[in-house]
Amino acid sequence: MFDFSIVTNWIHQWLLSLMPQGWAIFTECVAVGIGIILLYALLAIILIYMERKVCAAFQCRLGPNRVGPWGCIQVICDVLKMLTKEIFTPKGVDKKLYNLAPYMILLASFLTFACLPISKGLEVLDFNVGVFFLLAASSIGVVGILLAGWSSNNKFSIIGAMRSGAQIISYELSAGMAILTMVVLSGTMQISEIVGMQTNGWLIFTGHIPAFVAFIIYLIAGNAECNRGPFDLPEAESELTAGYHTEYSGMGFGFFYLAEYLNLFIVAAIAATVFLGGWMPLHIPGLDGFNTIMDYIPGFIWYFGKAFFVVFLLMWMRWSFPRLRIDQILSLEWKYLVPISMINLLVMALVVTFGWHF
Amino acid sequence: MNFTMLVTVVLTAIAFVAIVILLSWLISPHSYNEQKMEPYECGIPTRGGSWMKFRVGYYLFAILFLMFEVETVFLFPWAVVTRDLGVGGLLGILFFLFILVLGLAYAWRKGALKWK
Repeated sequence: MFDFSIVTNWIHQWLLSLMPQGWAIFTECVAVGIGIILLYALLAIILIYMERKVCAAFQCRLGPNRVGPWGCIQVICDVLKMLTKEIFTPKGVDKKLYNLAPYMILLASFLTFACLPISKGLEVLDFNVGVFFLLAASSIGVVGILLAGWSSNNKFSIIGAMRSGAQIISYELSAGMAILTMVVLSGTMQISEIVGMQTNGWLIFTGHIPAFVAFIIYLIAGNAECNRGPFDLPEAESELTAGYHTEYSGMGFGFFYLAEYLNLFIVAAIAATVFLGGWMPLHIPGLDGFNTIMDYIPGFIWYFGKAFFVVFLLMWMRWSFPRLRIDQILSLEWKYLVPISMINLLVMALVVTFGWHF
Repeated sequence: MNFTMLVTVVLTAIAFVAIVILLSWLISPHSYNEQKMEPYECGIPTRGGSWMKFRVGYYLFAILFLMFEVETVFLFPWAVVTRDLGVGGLLGILFFLFILVLGLAYAWRKGALKWK
């Protein structure tokens, strides 16, 4: 597998030969920042286009097909249109909190996005408490949603924010437990090490039944955490207009939309990292020829392939199930997913302690 | 290097939002009228304040969440070393989870999980 740290080290050396160390690190930081923004925007555009097309396919429609070949410039046009709309602050809102909310949401989204191991040596943030940091950073987002709803001076917003808060914090538990189960199996929290130990088999295959159960639980909880699919109560269009971002206009709304789609990708990418081997190619023990061919496909293609596969699963879920009620959502979490994931955690601990995994 | 990157990412997020808002402010039209600034509630005039009472149920779930989230913080260090701890660690965590489940069972029994 190609190690991108060779490239980054080479760039670092080259910059050091041009300028003093402080400036070199500063230049690298700026480059990383620009790279993250570009990748973020590109992924958002791809995801929104994909969502429209997938949704259209599930509903036997064509989807966007007028602007550009197969409608692929449609989303870019929408972004430009949104940029030219006025951002205004309605009467009676709590101005400070109202303007702070998009920052909080994008901050959470960027922090988790930077943790994703796109390819070997391309991690931006790689802490030894990686997974833990990831969960902590992702929960900043709910603060932004609550701020947006509370400060908007609108009844729809506040109901949407309260529902969203209750739903996201509840489902964070089982998402956290599912990841915890995999930490028990892998024995490390550092994301690059979790990926590194899946060389001979992805954790979902090596982890026996509990790993598979954890994957299912994670998919359900992840879908709920993005406020999508059967769990899109916080912004249920037919009852709450747009939920917590009703009062935001132009790009103010655009940020929420952007973060929502990127959070979908982040949830899918975490699933791809922790369960499906990150950038590791598919290896079948014993088939050396097959493994060698798989090694030729670059890591980031594997990574994006797996992530988009999980994104497709989540979209499938979204467009297949009807919306739940708030009491159904909460009882699904507290009466089913939490007990199941706790039992699952114990089973995984048993499997690991007695060495029953592959 | 990791913490430099952390600061970089935080600044990137803030800069991204600030620059896009600035850009949008520069190229978008500006106008003012009384009706536009009103809270949107399906077109009819709003009645009463928006910062109103809401269901206590949300609060109960938040409290329950707090209990479980703190428990997750305790479970992470254990999860990393499960392999080395052996049967002793397993029994320990079984006891820990048993106390926790007792809390959930109590809340369930008391009807805190029911949406009235």
